Amino acid sequence: MKAGRKFVIGATVIVVSVVILVTQGVRETGVYFLTPSELAERSARDSTFAENVGFKVGAKVVPGSIRRDDAARTVDFQVSDGVRTYPVTYRGLVPDTFTDANDIEVIVEGRLGRDGIIRATDVLAKCGSRYEASYQKQA
Amino acid sequence: MTLLGEFSLWLALLVGSWCAVLSFQGRWRDRPELARTVTRSTYAVFVALVAAAVALWVGLVSHDFNIEYVAGYTSRNLPSYYIVSAFWAGQKGSLLFWAVVLSLFGVLAQALTPRRYAAFLPYVAGVTSAVVVFFVSVMLFAANPFERMAFTPPDGRGLNPQLQNIGMVVHPPMLYLGYISLTIPFAFAVAALLSRRLDAGWLHAIRKWTLVSWLFLSIGITLGMWWAYVELGWGGYWAWDPVENASLLPWLTMTAFLHSVMVQEKRGMLKRWNLGLIIGTFLLSIFGTFITRSGVIASVHSFTQSSVGYFFLVFLVVTGIAAGTLLYTRWPQLEPEAELDAVVSREAAFLFNNLALVGIAFSVLWGTLFPILSEAVRGTKITVGPPFFNRVNVPLGLLLLALTGIGPLIAWRRASLANLQRQFVAPVAVGLATLALLLAAGMREFYPLVAVALAGFTAATIAQEFWRGVRARVRMHGESPPLALARLIARNRRRYGGYVVHVGILIYFIAFAGMAFKVEREATLKPGESVEIQSPFGHTYAFTHVGVSQYEALNRVVSAATVDVRRDGKSLGLITSEKRQHVDSFGRPTFEPSTEVGIRSGLREDLYMVFAGVVNGTEQAVYRFTLNPLVWWVWFGGAVLVAGGLITMWPGAPRAVRRAAVPALAQPARELA
Repeated sequence: MKAGRKFVIGATVIVVSVVILVTQGVRETGVYFLTPSELAERSARDSTFAENVGFKVGAKVVPGSIRRDDAARTVDFQVSDGVRTYPVTYRGLVPDTFTDANDIEVIVEGRLGRDGIIRATDVLAKCGSRYEASYQKQA
Repeated sequence: MTLLGEFSLWLALLVGSWCAVLSFQGRWRDRPELARTVTRSTYAVFVALVAAAVALWVGLVSHDFNIEYVAGYTSRNLPSYYIVSAFWAGQKGSLLFWAVVLSLFGVLAQALTPRRYAAFLPYVAGVTSAVVVFFVSVMLFAANPFERMAFTPPDGRGLNPQLQNIGMVVHPPMLYLGYISLTIPFAFAVAALLSRRLDAGWLHAIRKWTLVSWLFLSIGITLGMWWAYVELGWGGYWAWDPVENASLLPWLTMTAFLHSVMVQEKRGMLKRWNLGLIIGTFLLSIFGTFITRSGVIASVHSFTQSSVGYFFLVFLVVTGIAAGTLLYTRWPQLEPEAELDAVVSREAAFLFNNLALVGIAFSVLWGTLFPILSEAVRGTKITVGPPFFNRVNVPLGLLLLALTGIGPLIAWRRASLANLQRQFVAPVAVGLATLALLLAAGMREFYPLVAVALAGFTAATIAQEFWRGVRARVRMHGESPPLALARLIARNRRRYGGYVVHVGILIYFIAFAGMAFKVEREATLKPGESVEIQSPFGHTYAFTHVGVSQYEALNRVVSAATVDVRRDGKSLGLITSEKRQHVDSFGRPTFEPSTEVGIRSGLREDLYMVFAGVVNGTEQAVYRFTLNPLVWWVWFGGAVLVAGGLITMWPGAPRAVRRAAVPALAQPARELA
């Protein structure tokens, strides 16, 4: 019985530390995932939001808005959810899936500057459904 | 052929449902001929599904582009081995692949299980058939691979270029084989619960199966890392993406299970825990399939989003409730036969190992689901990424690494102080010496220091075990040391094979620690210009841009950028990275352009080069260079782990002693309450 109790103490230590690690981890590394409209709403409500809070924005790239400067490895573009549009600037290499085609969905991670431009630290691009779109139009 | 395929699917659906109904209804217990019918119908289902698979393959090979799946994943100029692998490259085909292989495993379980476990088999047939029926119905009602289109395109769309890689030919089937074979241990667990034969019998019956699934999962995950590393081009092999996490979750719980069964076999404890683990592992494999295919969680490499995911969600919930209820009704019969004698004992070490593994699984699951959970509870989506997973899992992983060294050395039941001294003095000394060496070499990062020191400790415990075993054989049988080593492993495959697996794991840990030191640099270079990067091992690498060439290959137009590499002034040769635009047989572009990474692999560090493009049509090129320390050791650790797994699984000579330990299963089972 004594051994059982000792084990329970050890087990509790492990379980409690897992819980602490997880909750702290979420608190300190969690990042908001917002649509452009939600971002607008939040930054309007909370004036410290811009510059202070990191977030991710999931939206579509506005067609034709991409300006690349290859030599400086910077890309400027706009993202929109149809309601709100935000300009984004990113220094770094964009993935292959980030193209000028229509309907590119991106996840932009970064912060909002006071000037209303999103300074991106990371850009992920998702290709839309690939086959259906191209053939069903012809059918 | 599509007619044959579709017909075969319907046949498999009918026979499989019939098998499952007969099995669960349980009349066969009084009627042996009915029991035979149940088990044999799994063979019929298998034959039907093989026919369906052949039909799809014929469609792929004959370029029947009227079939939507064939047009969607192949083209006339696709190399033939990718046409074979297109079978599992897409959603619909992979479902068929899954169903066929599951059905094959179901048949093998019927054919290969020793006679003494025959009482489980009709139930096992029922569970495997039910799962097969689920997959077949998903195909028939939501994702039919034989669907034809209203028109026939002249050429197919081709295979996604990122899937045109040898890793992608073998990685998915390996992972699928792991996922699929998990069904068999689950089926035996359910069979044990239904038949109330709740001693260790079912554990013996599935020992090989659990090892097979674990091995396939391990190979699948490692190949997945390799594919991500050489193909995705972000410079690493593990990003804690939901899809990667989904493959890791069942691996973690399965690893826990492989350890905790030993406690049940030796001491008759943990019966409920083991059943819970195996049920949980199966559910996690379904959960993984659900998040991979439903698109509920944003992932960079997801399947086409479709309603298929919701079939999996329903199946997950139904199976979870059914298995949970079943476990609950048998709860009183699962009393442990012994209690823990001492907290410093092998069984306690295994328990802590299980807690750590399940703790890691929990945190990975929590982090993966957090966007959904936070949105449901607080109304805002919050995501967590690699910083979260590293923060939580690095300490837990290190605890696990320490236990890997400690566990096998502690005696069962109760370890004496003398036992502890005898076992631990040398390994602890080696661990401390490793630490001192690293500190002297100037390493100051906390977690990598701890990781490598613990790896040194664990390696020493394993070396000590081998050394002692060999020495004992040399003394007792007068064998030469190499022969003694070979016989030692051959006579105790499970134990020493397990140690070899542990060696593989600690190599992984060292390699993971190496990634803490990766160096990355982006540069825009004109021909002749170069960039210098300091490596963590103290070398200076100089990358000089040579030029960009363009040419056409089989199914693609390629721009290739080449750099000349020097290490500390000495030339290492050229590295080339390509930008590929895939085209169909009419030369029209398919897909977005893709990057082929240039890698020069070494024991110390990999040079990893991504060509991002040229500046406005000039020969000025944009590059990202990454120095990735110790990556080669990940693949090497994987090979060691597989070798160890194969040793534990290798069939041994039949032993009369083993059999005596297993209670007879010949008498008829009791009726269900």
